Amino acid sequence: MLILGIDTATSAIAVGLSDGERTASALRIDPKGHAEHLAPLVGDLLAGEGVSPGELTAIVVGTGPGPFTGLRVGMVTGLTMGHALGVPVHGICSLDVLAHQALCDECESGRPGHRLRTHGDVLVATDARRKEVYWARYRVGAAPDGRQALLPLTQPAVDRPAELPADLRELPTAGRGPVLYPDLFPHPVGPLDVDGGVLARLGALGLRDGRDMPVEPLYLRRPDALTTAERGAGR
Amino acid sequence: MSSDAPLVLGIETSCDETGVGIVRGETLLADEIASSVDEHARFGGVVPEVASRAHLEAMVPTIERACRTAGVGLRDLDAVAVTSGPGLAGALMVGVASAKALALSLGVPLYGVNHLASHVAVDIVEHGPLPEPTLALLVSGGHSSLLLVPDVTHDVRSLGSTIDDAAGEAFDKVARVLGMPFPGGPHIDRAARSGEVALDFPRGLTTGRDMQRYRFDFSFSGLKTAVSRWVAAREASGEPVPVADVAASFQEAVVDVLTRKAVLACREHGVGHLQIGGGVAANSRLRAMAAERCAAAGVELRVPRPGLCTDNGAMVAALGAQMVLRGRTASDLSLPADSSLPVTVVQS
Ligand SMILES: [Zn+2]
Repeated sequence: MLILGIDTATSAIAVGLSDGERTASALRIDPKGHAEHLAPLVGDLLAGEGVSPGELTAIVVGTGPGPFTGLRVGMVTGLTMGHALGVPVHGICSLDVLAHQALCDECESGRPGHRLRTHGDVLVATDARRKEVYWARYRVGAAPDGRQALLPLTQPAVDRPAELPADLRELPTAGRGPVLYPDLFPHPVGPLDVDGGVLARLGALGLRDGRDMPVEPLYLRRPDALTTAERGAGR
Repeated sequence: MSSDAPLVLGIETSCDETGVGIVRGETLLADEIASSVDEHARFGGVVPEVASRAHLEAMVPTIERACRTAGVGLRDLDAVAVTSGPGLAGALMVGVASAKALALSLGVPLYGVNHLASHVAVDIVEHGPLPEPTLALLVSGGHSSLLLVPDVTHDVRSLGSTIDDAAGEAFDKVARVLGMPFPGGPHIDRAARSGEVALDFPRGLTTGRDMQRYRFDFSFSGLKTAVSRWVAAREASGEPVPVADVAASFQEAVVDVLTRKAVLACREHGVGHLQIGGGVAANSRLRAMAAERCAAAGVELRVPRPGLCTDNGAMVAALGAQMVLRGRTASDLSLPADSSLPVTVVQS
């Protein structure tokens, strides 16, 4: 098993490899450069690890939520590579990856495997532009099969940070939300950007557990345009 | 063309069509399109975000269909080409990212090419090698350009372009004034057939000083305004609007300017071939008047079939194949999508 992870849901271009045990990651921060830099970053990562594209067995893409243009670059890259190489493509919510990075001691330390902290909730808040954040709340708990797992307590959503309840904002918060709105998210923790290696490893875990991982972009907002009928109705 | 000619796949996503074409040398093997035009009709025009979402959904299925139609596998490809600009930024990026993913996965060279040069190159798979130089009139919802093309793979010169609305945009706007749905071109063409050129609408940039300063440029916004004013005045007076006559008169004004300047450019630059491309090339009056005026001027007219005039992947593949045949260096995997790529930059 050799999985390539690709995430472009934030200002970071994150790629990674996982064989289920060992991971490797590469990251480049460039909010406008996803289309330029992603393919070379993947190429360099593979070359650096001595892997040819034909050796990949699956591809996992971050499905957002994230600013649309960047998000699509990663998704279409993963989908096209999967098709060209004849391997399956799976999707994982980008906020789930950040939550995992925040709550898993071993993800943080870079050691193999996953050991989740058993206490407390975590909030993930990323930049949605337009003075909003994409966010979701997570808790470590028992999955239906009894195993310890990261459980999303909410669906991913997009809101103005000041409009989120105070008790939510007070939670330990991962992602760049606290960097942008330090007064509103007073307890920043750990990861700012998705780690492509963790994404790839979560893909490996999902495959092991037989999870359904659809490749559906999480836009959360409809396109900015009025239909002619809506315009006629006076907005 | 022999079977060892380069097999090239081309991707086009600069506007609302997801196009994938496959060309072997100068032979067209597949030209598959997924269009989001029906989704845009509800909005009365192309909405960039709607187009980009549709590109993401359609990209891989369209690649698959093109391979099936061509009877080739992706592993047979010798190169991948993609429109890197000009166009809608977010839409371009979907195609560029997908093309890079193909090139990276298959280990083949990538060519990022200019959308407008591709419109010219597509005629190679329709009518054979391009005469050099060729003069090209490209008219669509996004562009109106007169180009002098000594070598479509690296020497494209702009003689003129629109200074306001594109020709196709004028068709869309006038169609809206006349209560016709988007896109307006085909509706105006149809209505005009039963109308008469009874109204004298303005021909922008065709007289006096304009013919010096803007010799091969176009302007359609004054024409559009004149038509809307005429229609509004007619409605205000309570009289019925003669839709067919308005459509015919408007269309005549556009086509008159386009063909007059194109033929003049041929004469002044000593070029014996005129090629017309872009969505507006499907207009029946434009084809007829261009044929008439080219014949009178001793210029050979080349117009690809309508499906190859509108945006498509075949044109990108056709230009990519020329790049390979002429030994041009491949693009870097870090090539950007450039929404305002100048027409003179054939490859990025
Ligand atoms: Zn075009």
